[in-house]
Amino acid sequence: MGRLFLFVPVAIFIGLAGLLYRGLSLDPTQLPSALIDRELPEFNLRKLGTQDYIVRDNILGRVSLLNVWGTWCPTCVAEHPYLMKLAAEGVPIIGLNYKDEDTKALGWLVRLGDPYSVNITDPNGDFGLDLGVYGAPETYVIDAQGVIRYRHVGEVNQRTWSGELGQAYRELIE
Amino acid sequence: MIAEYGAFALIMALVSASGLTLLPMWGSFSGNGSAMNSAKPLATALFLFAAISFGFLVAAFLQDDFSLVVVANNSNSLLPWFYKFSAVWGNHEGSMLLWVLVLCAWTFAVALFSSELPQVLYARVLSIMGLIGVGFIAFSLFTSNPFARNLPDIPADGRDLNPLLQDPGLIIHPPILYMGYVGFSVAFAFAIAALLGGRLDAAWARWSRPWTNAAWAFLTLGIMLGSWWAYYELGWGGWWFWDPVENASFMPWLAGTALVHSLAVTEKRGVFKSWTVLLAIASFSLSLLGTFLVRSGVLTSVHAFAADPERGLFILVFLLIVVGGSLVLYALRAPAVNSGIRNAWLSRETLLLFNNVVFLVATLTVLFGTLFPLLMDALGQGKYSVGPPYFNAVFVPLMALLIPIMGIGPFTRWRQDDAGRWTKYLAVSAASALAAGLALPFLGQGFNLWVALSVLLAVWIVGGLVIDLHLKKSGAQSWSLVFGRQTASYWGMVLAHFGFAMCVISVVVVTQWNVEKDLRMAPGDSAELSGYRFDFHGSGSITGANYRGDEGVFTVYYQGQRLTELRPQKRQYLASGQVMTEAAIDAGFTRDLYVALGEALGKDGAWSVRLHYKPLVRWMWIGATLMGFGAFITLADRRYRRAKAHLRQGREALTYG
Repeated sequence: MGRLFLFVPVAIFIGLAGLLYRGLSLDPTQLPSALIDRELPEFNLRKLGTQDYIVRDNILGRVSLLNVWGTWCPTCVAEHPYLMKLAAEGVPIIGLNYKDEDTKALGWLVRLGDPYSVNITDPNGDFGLDLGVYGAPETYVIDAQGVIRYRHVGEVNQRTWSGELGQAYRELIE
Repeated sequence: MIAEYGAFALIMALVSASGLTLLPMWGSFSGNGSAMNSAKPLATALFLFAAISFGFLVAAFLQDDFSLVVVANNSNSLLPWFYKFSAVWGNHEGSMLLWVLVLCAWTFAVALFSSELPQVLYARVLSIMGLIGVGFIAFSLFTSNPFARNLPDIPADGRDLNPLLQDPGLIIHPPILYMGYVGFSVAFAFAIAALLGGRLDAAWARWSRPWTNAAWAFLTLGIMLGSWWAYYELGWGGWWFWDPVENASFMPWLAGTALVHSLAVTEKRGVFKSWTVLLAIASFSLSLLGTFLVRSGVLTSVHAFAADPERGLFILVFLLIVVGGSLVLYALRAPAVNSGIRNAWLSRETLLLFNNVVFLVATLTVLFGTLFPLLMDALGQGKYSVGPPYFNAVFVPLMALLIPIMGIGPFTRWRQDDAGRWTKYLAVSAASALAAGLALPFLGQGFNLWVALSVLLAVWIVGGLVIDLHLKKSGAQSWSLVFGRQTASYWGMVLAHFGFAMCVISVVVVTQWNVEKDLRMAPGDSAELSGYRFDFHGSGSITGANYRGDEGVFTVYYQGQRLTELRPQKRQYLASGQVMTEAAIDAGFTRDLYVALGEALGKDGAWSVRLHYKPLVRWMWIGATLMGFGAFITLADRRYRRAKAHLRQGREALTYG
């Protein structure tokens, strides 16, 4: 009896190892948005570098990407060339310049190129809060009716675009 | 060529570790003395090759050799030399090499200082250390080679070390923490060697105790340094976040704390053997688990290194071999529970068993909380995150349960004690704890139930230590005689328990009485916080070696007296563009004042500013330091140096057959 008791730790460990093995194939950074299949929240935000305001209805009517970025975000630098490529291929990208300053953001776009069809500013992160932004960069796929269909946390690149993110966009286009 | 020499040295280390694993172990079973004697030279070679390999990586960082991938990704030519040095372990590959170096250093230390051990045990302990070395060196070489090259396109400059890591605290925190983490491998190796030999006795406990105490001391200091770094570097005054990576270092600490106490029982009374062995296995297994969690990316964390499932799989397989193997060995070889001796209810054994149960439950609750998000995800129940509310809710009551016992434990006798011996002193201790609990909060911000309870418990702990000394001074001996007669182990225990009492007060007081304000301040504005006045004089530009930024100037007044000047900074690092908040702190024994700059607001030079008043926050780190030093002091105990006297007895005990 006593001997059997000594097998308890190894039994617990095997259960734990099974769990860890399962964990290796899960991606903790894949965060489902509470807003998936819900409408993009209403907003009234200033267009970058101007005093014009943009509301939700202004950006609807076609499938597009909403890319959350900031000049303070190193990964945004990394994904920028790929966004340029997507824009050249005709993918409409709406920029959400998140917790940033206009002068810095405009300088960045001059220096690195501007892939965005339009850029809206969210200097205090209020809209980001409505949207549930976890950190920059994040990219949302929004359909023509303004419904959020997919959310991607992290860099947009060849790999993610040929994966679920691009998949979500291509399905909507067809 | 530096990288190739380094990689070659690492391969040689792998060869030495393989030799160390196989040869002495084979010798110990076949009775081949010269094979067993090869343990020491092999351990020495292992350490030398690991040190050479590490040295070459350091040289590559110091020389800005951007042809190496790790250097290009984690360093920059503008970085000051000491951050180039610490950048060696500011990344996954380099920190694994540091891990390997620390492991080899422990192995070498065991080889040097344990030559009094019986030959068989000595060979087996080192062989098991060698096996762990094989695993980690292979992991480093095959999945995360620090010497990989960026050829043919060598970058002109590096991407820079993450600015969060450009800090003096981060130069020493990882090495000390790894000393602790990896140090438990020694206790583990002793436990496995003892299981193989089938002899778990007091001698075994006496041999592993100093090593365990040393590892525990390093781990305590390492965790303390991490908490201190988070406090001043992350810019919002937090000191513990229950982040998965923090938990990864905290779980071995909790299990190790149980182990340190359980070893005492096994050494003095020869009981709890199976339990102690299990704790020794658990402490190191939790270190390995922590490595897995941090390196595999199964959990999200602010600390996580680049996630890579392949690396995760490697460590998991290694975990299965080492932990699974040792637990099976444990199940087959450990003495069955109930080995006969029953303890009286009131005895030091029983109280230490209680300590062990509390720490084990604490370890399991932290483990459960850390893995819960993974569990739910694996079961398809969605994404969860477990935060401080859970951990505080389970952890605080556990510690509160522990402390009443801590106030009695030190002076309780082994085997059986008679409460009548000390009831009247205990009443005095209880009364003073109660009085202090009621009175002392008024020195701060007035009565607060939680603060009162923490003071009560802390005074109770200290009261127990005082009673102990009083009982030791039976009769009319002079105090100096009583003090002189106590062992180093004893003073270590006193210091550690006293440090723990300081931590208890600090954690509760700073949680309850922390005052913070977020406000907009323009030059010339002043703000009041807990009786301190902060005058903001404006901000100016600063330029550092590899960053630009703004520095705010604040003068602090207390009761009309000018106290100090604080200069918090907002830095932008040139290479990465990352923005960092450097808080300015006026540290004090009774309180810290903490100023951090938020964002620049508008054109009139105004900033959003965060002010903190943190009472007694420093006691936490002082307390933890005392705990660490307490454990170091025990190493000076003379009985660990008298190993020779026990040699004959040990030889007899460990002859195999």
